[in-house]
Amino acid sequence: MTWEEMLPLLLESTGQTVQMVLWSTLFTVILGLPLGVALVATDRGGLFPSPALNRVLGLIVNIGRSLPFIVLMIAILPLTRLIVGTTIGTIASVVPLTLGAAPFFARLVETALREVGRDRVQAAQAMGAGRVTIVGKVLLPEAMPGLVAGLTVTVVALISYSAMAGAIGGGGLGDLAIRYGYQRFETTLMIVTVVVLVVVVQLVQTLGDTVARRLARN
Amino acid sequence: MIDVSGLRKVYQDRGREVVAVDGVDLHVREGEIFGVLGQSGAGKSTLLRCVNLLERPTSGTVSVAGQELTGLKEGELRRARQRIGMIHQHFALLSSRTVAGNVAFPLEVMGMAKAERVRRTAELLELVGLADKAGAHPAQLSGGQKQRVGIARALAGSPPVLLSDEATSALDPGTTQSILALLKRLNRELGLTILLITHEMHVVKSICDSVAIMRDGVVEESGTIPELISRPGSRLAAELFPLPEPEPGQVTITFTGQAGEPVVSQVVRKFDVDVNILGGALEEVAGLSTGRLRLLVTGDERAAALTYLAGRGLLVEEAR
Repeated sequence: MTWEEMLPLLLESTGQTVQMVLWSTLFTVILGLPLGVALVATDRGGLFPSPALNRVLGLIVNIGRSLPFIVLMIAILPLTRLIVGTTIGTIASVVPLTLGAAPFFARLVETALREVGRDRVQAAQAMGAGRVTIVGKVLLPEAMPGLVAGLTVTVVALISYSAMAGAIGGGGLGDLAIRYGYQRFETTLMIVTVVVLVVVVQLVQTLGDTVARRLARN
Repeated sequence: MIDVSGLRKVYQDRGREVVAVDGVDLHVREGEIFGVLGQSGAGKSTLLRCVNLLERPTSGTVSVAGQELTGLKEGELRRARQRIGMIHQHFALLSSRTVAGNVAFPLEVMGMAKAERVRRTAELLELVGLADKAGAHPAQLSGGQKQRVGIARALAGSPPVLLSDEATSALDPGTTQSILALLKRLNRELGLTILLITHEMHVVKSICDSVAIMRDGVVEESGTIPELISRPGSRLAAELFPLPEPEPGQVTITFTGQAGEPVVSQVVRKFDVDVNILGGALEEVAGLSTGRLRLLVTGDERAAALTYLAGRGLLVEEAR
């Protein structure tokens, strides 16, 4: 395969990966952030203590986290059809990617929020702040460096998950490496794909680290 | 200003009941600095948290500035808390906000308008001597500066009452002294009533008008400092002036404010006794020069001499 043949394939696959990762990151945050906040808030001694709800949420998160991504992807095909209208393609793969990453991100959010510690929350309570104010003005801003670090790990995990989206026609760099590199013995393309993936992951990690560090310096 | 009566707090810890505060009554008068002194685990921290209901008392009542807090609903309690300042051992500042942002936080909670907030924040930072640090982040400040921010934040809503939770325990001695001086100044200038808890006698000695000594969830003695020191068998006096256990026949005299009078030489001159001074300690407490002397008094007129001392307003305790 010549570079002229490889380039359009690489560009298209990179575009698909970026598209899958961006959309699923967005929905992962929309789903996972409130879930993580809820895990902390409903815990015993939390802002909205509710042990029963806490156990249910914990169970949902654990189920989501224990399913291998490839199994999850197949298992929720009917749900994907319900939401997107189809089960194949790049956009369709956003559904399983989101459902796979949201519980993972929720746990990272939970950890980041617990790092804030009781003293700052109690100080805000002593000032007469309400519970919603405490979540919005104390917990989330104070946990921001940890949240950004967690998001970075999640995006990297999504890039890796997205390689499996080829199984449902999602396309992307992982799919390219399997179809051309592995199945057609295009070793050069395989290596180039891997290099592109490494570079993308490296960029995401560096960006995330920089932002987290800048926030933590305050 | 602060009235606590019959306060009990019982925790459930792995099925066992732990009594942290066991029936405490406190009466803090307007404009005074009241110290609760005790070792860690004595229940004083729980007691303080019960005053603004960060901890819900198991039984008993708390009222601050004439308002009973124990019966309030959540919204009313939040408004009441805006009128009770609190400072913390580890400062509890928000690291994501600047110094000015931290001080403005309670004002935001109160719903104060932006322009008013900015003005009030500047005023508060001026009050605690940190006007030049408004844009700094807490991580850039020393411990003493952090506590000053904590104090400015606690006073944001001009509360009549300040609760202090071991506010100087994480600070070095020099910084402790400057924070205590600031609290004393605020107490005098703003008429601020302060309820503080501490395990350091030094804090009580420096700024408190009244004290309660707490142990195992119970207040062992409480009252104004001169009152307690001149009370027989006072634990405060014993801790303030650590003298060895007296042997039978030895006499301990405690004086508050009469340090200028040469009582010992007067006794020797007036009565046929010998006085041997075995030990003693002097302290400046609550602005009064107070002290304790351990004496061995011998001679025919010993009893008369001791009566004379007691008649001069000294506390005379004779070991048997």
